[in-house]
Amino acid sequence: MSLVLDVMLALAVIGVAGWTLLVRGNFPAVIGFVAYGLLLALVWVRLGAVDVALTEAALGAGATGVLLLFAVVRLRGGKAEIDAATPSPPQRVAAAILCGVVGLGLAVAMLNLPDPAPSLAAEATRHLPLLGVGNPITGVLMAYRGLDTLLEAVVLVFAVLAIWSMAPDRRWGAIPGPLFPVQSSGPLSLLARVLPPIGIVVGIHIAWVGADAPGGKFQGGTILAAMGILAWVAGLWRLPPVASRGLRWAVVAGPLVFIGVGLLGFVIADGFLSYPPGFAKPLILLIEAAMTLSVAAAIVLMVAGPPERPA
Amino acid sequence: MIFGVTGAALVALGLYGLVTQPALLRKILAFNLLGGGVFLLFGVVARRGAVADPVPQALVITGLVVAFAATALALVLVLRLFQITGAATIAEDKTPP
Amino acid sequence: MEATPGGFLLVLMLVVPVTGLLLGFALGGRLAERMALWLLPPGLAMAAVLVAGLLHAKAPVVAFVGGWAPPLGLALRADGLAAAMLLTTALIIAAIALFARADYTTAPGAPEARAPLAFWCFLLALWAALNAAFLGGDLFNLFVALEMLTFGALALACLDGKATQFKAELRYLLFALIGSVLYLLGTVLLYGAYGTLDILLLAEAARADAPTIVAASLMTVGLLGKMALFPLHLWLPAAHAGAPPAASALLSGLVVKASYVLLLRLWFWVMPAALLLAVAPILALLGAAAILFGSLVALRQARLKLLVAYSTVAQIGYLFLMFPLVAGSAAEVAERAWTGGALQAISHAFAKAAMFLAAGVIARALGHDRIAELQGAARIAPLSVLAFGLAGLSLMGIPPSGGFSAKWLLLQAALDSGQWWWALVIVAGGLLTGGYVFRVLSAAMQGRSAPIFPLAPVDAAQERVALGLAVISVLLGLLPLGAFGLVLIGR
Repeated sequence: MSLVLDVMLALAVIGVAGWTLLVRGNFPAVIGFVAYGLLLALVWVRLGAVDVALTEAALGAGATGVLLLFAVVRLRGGKAEIDAATPSPPQRVAAAILCGVVGLGLAVAMLNLPDPAPSLAAEATRHLPLLGVGNPITGVLMAYRGLDTLLEAVVLVFAVLAIWSMAPDRRWGAIPGPLFPVQSSGPLSLLARVLPPIGIVVGIHIAWVGADAPGGKFQGGTILAAMGILAWVAGLWRLPPVASRGLRWAVVAGPLVFIGVGLLGFVIADGFLSYPPGFAKPLILLIEAAMTLSVAAAIVLMVAGPPERPA
Repeated sequence: MIFGVTGAALVALGLYGLVTQPALLRKILAFNLLGGGVFLLFGVVARRGAVADPVPQALVITGLVVAFAATALALVLVLRLFQITGAATIAEDKTPP
Repeated sequence: MEATPGGFLLVLMLVVPVTGLLLGFALGGRLAERMALWLLPPGLAMAAVLVAGLLHAKAPVVAFVGGWAPPLGLALRADGLAAAMLLTTALIIAAIALFARADYTTAPGAPEARAPLAFWCFLLALWAALNAAFLGGDLFNLFVALEMLTFGALALACLDGKATQFKAELRYLLFALIGSVLYLLGTVLLYGAYGTLDILLLAEAARADAPTIVAASLMTVGLLGKMALFPLHLWLPAAHAGAPPAASALLSGLVVKASYVLLLRLWFWVMPAALLLAVAPILALLGAAAILFGSLVALRQARLKLLVAYSTVAQIGYLFLMFPLVAGSAAEVAERAWTGGALQAISHAFAKAAMFLAAGVIARALGHDRIAELQGAARIAPLSVLAFGLAGLSLMGIPPSGGFSAKWLLLQAALDSGQWWWALVIVAGGLLTGGYVFRVLSAAMQGRSAPIFPLAPVDAAQERVALGLAVISVLLGLLPLGAFGLVLIGR
């Protein structure tokens, strides 16, 4: 039964992916992409990775979908240019052969992975009591491979500043993104008024339980960001200008707290990002709280784009 | 293992789209399809043992966040290029600058 | 390998520039610039102390972040190659910061502007990313470092906000993203096969089976794309030539080297020797093609900056000649080739940074960078033309210079290992390099009957920085070769 389900799911994912590539319109392609992301989230549930499923649904399908949708609305035309740049049939055949070889090689490699599979599962679980957290993924992200997570948090800051720096000089200091008129009625307005209070609670909850259950800063932060984007698109919330120092501190708070706690490890434990016994969980929660804020702020700003409107 | 082959197929599809689609927007979309396939392979690797391995799963979460940032950055570049020149591709200019 | 004393230094080399970037961004304006300039001395000191420590102990420095040993945790490792690259990075970043003060300074009390804030923040960002890329001991951690590097390089290259830059950088981004994906595919296969991504642990375990071979191929192609080895060089000339001078110097001098060092780690540490022996000649063949093609195309360029960028395409090729000379050679020959390769990476970094900075000064003073109309450049910007010439000597491999020592070591290794054909490529590449450097110099040295006035005043401090880098690239050749025993530590 579950095998049939898996095969159907796999075929559906591949089918939607193919359709998304082939469909002519940009708008349906983005819708196809969001469907693809949601199907992938289902696959992740089937693979027993609920944390990843949440991230894929919120960030992979949701936030990326919104990003692409905004781009579709703002990029119009160029059809003649696109047709002129379309590769010729021989080129496409060559590309197909090359990509087919890559896919085939990957499939062969995946089918030839050694048995029994090498795994760090036991090792990762064994040290969890030391950290006081119940979710092994949190253990990996916040302790064993904490440096990955720190650098990734810094990547988000890079991205925000890089996006801002693409603005024309005269727009520096201005408010990011296009202006949305206030929606006083209609479905968007209703959604934007009803959803955020619920979404904020859910987002904070998901970030909070991440230490022990599926969830965490990235999933919770993305949900918080979604609420912010909703309120912004409905004209109910004005984004602060890029010159706002408060906004900037919100973006860097997460990595700064992360580094601060890390450096504290030199003093109270044995080295950078090492937690003293008994204090691991509160310190991890402190980092997660600051990171949730920064992730949410960074995602809203990445969706909004470079500064465009005078403050 | 079904999903292992699925992941490989998604990578091939996404790569093909990324290489052959002329429009930048569609290239970026294909890049995200491709990313989904790559991450799926991590999930399959995590699931091969008796107990799910949290390490590859955590790597996927990191990877998803990085991929999102890359997408946002790429789309802004596309948008700015479009705002200045009206171009929707990066085909070579017919006339030298 | 156990963690060693001094590991905190490795952590600080990541944390210090990152913290500077975060604070500089949040505080904004003039403080971002102050932050970057303040951090230059401690950054340089840390790199120098690390190199001194390594030379003294003759062993790598290792840190386990958070106290978690691999395979579960992440290691940072500074062997001789990493330490040498870290010191090179610190010196070039410092030089570029001094050069850029004239272009991106914020007067006290002036409102914050876009380009200066982005420049200083991303200078620190690239420093952190390069340090992470040279120190990383885990293949996925290195993936994150490479992404940091791509984002930072992209932002710096687009700093002028021109449409041509956006277009060139989009092309770069697409290459870089495909490269990242291929690299990531390799890491998932390696994790599936060995249950670790730690470079040293993989080195102990690696077999020549199907998953490993596929992983090695994908990662290699991905990294070659990121470092623009022929024929994957298409994105580089426009992306590097179109960027502001300070950014071009960083991109051409340093950023491509991060992928190179990672490629060395992949082949000389992770992969089994049998695979390396099979692949090394292919890599060197591509390198030889890059040398000849890149030099010939550089010879025919009409624009100075594009010439310098094509010269990077060619000089990257030399880095690959060391693969067949190290693999499978007698220990002494292999050491010579290894030292030559590392020295080429380092001396090219200094020489190319000097060349791009000098070209930037010349182009600004003349208001164009058309080689045919460079007459009078030597009178307007004499130190810059001198810097270009000295850097050119190093690229050609004229003694005494870092480039000469590098190419001489590779040449000797080629003859000693009986692979004389690579020696021919080295010599031919040197002659072609001489051709394009001479083309520029002869045009720039020509007088002009009419008096010539610079369009923009030439900043003497900027000229001196370019000259300083060029002088270092030459002085590297005067160091006793024993000093490069450094790059053999921990090999």
